[in-house]
Amino acid sequence: MSHMTQQSLTQRLANPTRFMDLSRRILPWLAGAAAALIVYALYLAFFVAPPDYQQGETVKIMFIHVPAAWLGMMGYALIAISSFGYLVFRHPLADVSAKAAAPLGAAFTFLALVTGSLWGKPMWGTYWVWDARLTSMLILLFLYLGLMALRSAIEDEALAGKLCAVLGLVGVTILPIIKFSVDWWNTLHQPASVIRMDGPTIHNDLLIPLVYSAIGFSLLFFTLHMKGMRNEILRRRLKSLTMAEVDRARTVSASAAAE
Amino acid sequence: MDLGPHAAFIWASYVIYGGVVAALILWLVWDGSRLKAKLAELEARGVSRRAQRSAAPQKDA
Amino acid sequence: MSGFLTLLKRDLLLQVREGGAVGTALGFYLVVVALMPLGLGPDLNLLTRIAPGVLWIALLLAALLSLPRIFEADDEDGSLEVIATGDLPLELATAAKALAHWISTGIPLALLAPVLGILLNLDLAAYPVLVATMLAGTPAISFLGAVGAALTLRARRGGLLLALLVLPLYVPTLIFGITAIAAATGGPSGFTASFLILLAISLFSLVIGPLAAAAAIRFQTQ
Repeated sequence: MSHMTQQSLTQRLANPTRFMDLSRRILPWLAGAAAALIVYALYLAFFVAPPDYQQGETVKIMFIHVPAAWLGMMGYALIAISSFGYLVFRHPLADVSAKAAAPLGAAFTFLALVTGSLWGKPMWGTYWVWDARLTSMLILLFLYLGLMALRSAIEDEALAGKLCAVLGLVGVTILPIIKFSVDWWNTLHQPASVIRMDGPTIHNDLLIPLVYSAIGFSLLFFTLHMKGMRNEILRRRLKSLTMAEVDRARTVSASAAAE
Repeated sequence: MDLGPHAAFIWASYVIYGGVVAALILWLVWDGSRLKAKLAELEARGVSRRAQRSAAPQKDA
Repeated sequence: MSGFLTLLKRDLLLQVREGGAVGTALGFYLVVVALMPLGLGPDLNLLTRIAPGVLWIALLLAALLSLPRIFEADDEDGSLEVIATGDLPLELATAAKALAHWISTGIPLALLAPVLGILLNLDLAAYPVLVATMLAGTPAISFLGAVGAALTLRARRGGLLLALLVLPLYVPTLIFGITAIAAATGGPSGFTASFLILLAISLFSLVIGPLAAAAAIRFQTQ
């Protein structure tokens, strides 16, 4: 019985150990690159980029709004891939990856909504407009919240991981349909003037800071994700060691009582 | 730096954005060090991964 | 095939005999719709404009109430494990259960809608379209709802969690149901397109619903 416990524990830790090693070495570089790119992007945004002829200086919000929206979607794609990996290959790190990605993706989706709202107020006069993009982002946020709520509502961690994987895959399958339906709905209720948030075309002067910002924040996302995965692995390690300790103490007291 | 008539919105966006990102970073770092501390504590108490688990149960302290 | 039909018949009988379960959903539907004019004012023009939306949303909420029942009763007395390990593939079993939900709850709700439309001064031309879109859309509600019911079977705060999980999935059905009605009552053209997409979404849910629900149940009964 104890041999079986030891065997499965080793199995479970084998891959994660390699991951911990690798990530410990990569993490500082990833973080450094992210920081450098973000700082440079901010410099470009505030000291180099010109005001937009139509929107004035508020176009600067675009430099963080667009990456946030992009990361919100990428986060969910990451969850979908992790979920698939977990369900099909039972790879132990896949569940860790999905769990770590959820709060990050949700946070950036939230930021996309907030910055979108603050960008919209000077443009359209209200803090919220039900345009297709913002509405889709809002529903994406709901999907994230559902994932996190489901995971916290199920006590058995292994089961929670599997059920969240199912939900993640269902969500990613229906997401394009949701996006399509929201676009459809929006074209029917379109206000008279069509203002796309990033303008008909993005001028190069605005595009370059945007690209740097997008890459920088993407690297930041991966850094945070990797760190989150490391934390989760530590947490699981801690949990299984604590349980093993309790187990041993119980065995000891049981054998002591038997004597 | 003149950011035009809507400067407040621009600042608010960046501040909120920075705040949330900072919060994420701080939470992850804090959580990580807390976990490492607890693991170190367990290690110090003699609980290890390649446990003497398969050995006979000891009458330990 | 016979296993499928047996399970379907059994579930339908259980739903009906449980007495009051379907009635509760219908009653809820009635109450929510009746609350709308109380909350928004009895301006008939306003009510006509919002009637399709209100009827659809209230239907979604009423359906939510009845979703946990798809798997709960069987889980409580252990028959879910029997079904999960039985001869009938679990995907077909969950499909049968979702179908039973649609027949026993979805269809009655859809048929009640036009009656409630009277309360909301629904446009006369909209009545047949309303029923048609609801009959076309409620399968999606049952089959996607079954996924939610399976996932939250043993979760804490199951009912509320179910709503949070499933309502975003209902957005496409809601949108195309509404636009189909709007198109038929003199809005922008495109009734056929909306209606066909609505049907397509329901058909899609017929496949993905049982698959996901079966996976979820399998994980919980192993």
